[in-house]
Amino acid sequence: MSGRFPQGLPRLEPAGLDGWMVRLFDAIDEGNMPWLTALVRECETAFGDRLVDLVPSYTTLLVVFDPLRLSAGEARKQLVELLQRLQPDEEAADAPVKELPVWYDASVGPELSRLAELAGMSLDEVVACHSERSYRVFALGFAPGFAFMGSVDPRIEAPRLDTPRRRVPAGSVAVAGRQTAAYPTVTPGGWNLIGRTPAVLFDRDREGFSLLQVGDRVRFVPIERNEFERLGGDTRAMEEGS
Amino acid sequence: MTPAKDGLRVARAGPLALLQDAGRFGVRRLGVTQGGPVDLHGWAWANHLVGNAWGTPALEVTFGGLELVAERDLVLAVAGANLFATLEGEPLAGWRSLSVKAGQRLAFGAPVNGLRAYLAVAGGFAAEPVLGSVACVVREGLGGHDGKGHRLAEGDTLQVTPCRTSAGSEAPREARVDYRGPAELALLPGAQISEFSGASLFRAFNADWRVDDRADRMGVRLTGPRLQCRMTSMISEGIGLGAVQVPPDGQPIALLNDRQTIGGYPRLGALTPLACSRLAQCLPGQEVRLKAVSTEQALAAYRRFRAGFA
Repeated sequence: MSGRFPQGLPRLEPAGLDGWMVRLFDAIDEGNMPWLTALVRECETAFGDRLVDLVPSYTTLLVVFDPLRLSAGEARKQLVELLQRLQPDEEAADAPVKELPVWYDASVGPELSRLAELAGMSLDEVVACHSERSYRVFALGFAPGFAFMGSVDPRIEAPRLDTPRRRVPAGSVAVAGRQTAAYPTVTPGGWNLIGRTPAVLFDRDREGFSLLQVGDRVRFVPIERNEFERLGGDTRAMEEGS
Repeated sequence: MTPAKDGLRVARAGPLALLQDAGRFGVRRLGVTQGGPVDLHGWAWANHLVGNAWGTPALEVTFGGLELVAERDLVLAVAGANLFATLEGEPLAGWRSLSVKAGQRLAFGAPVNGLRAYLAVAGGFAAEPVLGSVACVVREGLGGHDGKGHRLAEGDTLQVTPCRTSAGSEAPREARVDYRGPAELALLPGAQISEFSGASLFRAFNADWRVDDRADRMGVRLTGPRLQCRMTSMISEGIGLGAVQVPPDGQPIALLNDRQTIGGYPRLGALTPLACSRLAQCLPGQEVRLKAVSTEQALAAYRRFRAGFA
């Protein structure tokens, strides 16, 4: 096994009669992702149509297989073989950065001022801080196309709201802890909202469905209101839009 | 658009009726949940009794209250819960296929035995797959009879794929589950099982657990003795069907078909697919027990079950 894994990893853990949890790492790190995306690809090739689902997430990959055609023991053997020759996905490491335009504004980002206050920064500095670095998609979950990305500058990390909102408008760009995300559709949510993107994050008619995929690199690009509107963004403030 | 007249019309919606195929697979990595029938057993039998292939969409009727009018002659079957179904006011026998004439009214009452009935029609309900599946997930707005994840509403029409099938098939006695008694749920121990205290493990597998009223297609909360786990939270990871997670309040939640795709609570393990089916038929207040089984036992039971539905 490659020496780049922490000692004792990866581990295979039972996950029901049709699954194995592959634990590759024990801490969240951007460097995990090229290994995870490589393992996703290798599993697709090796299991073929006996594969039911793959759920990569931060440090793990849940492999779900068809229990009518593969026993847990057979699946395990297959996975052990894969892991022994696994190499990180170099392509993913240098993947082009996907850009998400964001209108950072208090009317659509009511916690912009909270982050500024916590950080002792101006609103513009918070925006600069959030948009100057690229992020890595660690996992998709919570809702279709909802990408958990990290890691934000520790200066603008902020705890979740004490009381989640019942309706967070679609496109809302948000921060919680050291993670950031954009809400694909209207859902409940307790993250700090700092702006809104006009990008369509999940589209059932698009190939691949989700704009963002696990392992992607993403950068948020500040835009003005008129550009946001031109791109089809919904400018309704929280009270009206939520 | 003129309403189609070749299926069943919804005369009264009831609380929750959803069209479900076997589930939505291959897109869980995008945060899209599995969906599909929470009682796979009842759903599979309803389809089987009318000669449908595995995976054919059938209707999951929760609690009852639904009334449908046939717009043409059909062969159908109801399996799973007994929700006091009637045809033209006469009690309708479950677990067997029967003929229904155009204009006849099929009504579901309230739970008599179990919580969810499955209605299949010969030929199957026709709907446009979304992300590869007809499975209806309300939270995600995906699938179902309209493709938008809506529960059935009054005035909706369910399209039926035409097919020639004769009625009269009957499920064997051993397939007809009595959902009223205490249920024993088979659980495959998971990786965090050693993180629970010995006393908690003893309680987990020996206590009577009560099905809470916080129960839906996402998951079923069980109340009973408080389970203690050394881990309180984990980095979020994929969650399989039936995973029994234990949040810091020590009360387990069995996660079903519409669960979120990732989560960060430690787990006792995973209920087997057939244990999930059984739990999905429990009404709030019912008692269940957890029973540890081996992967081999669980796999053999599942393969036996599936072998009947080629």
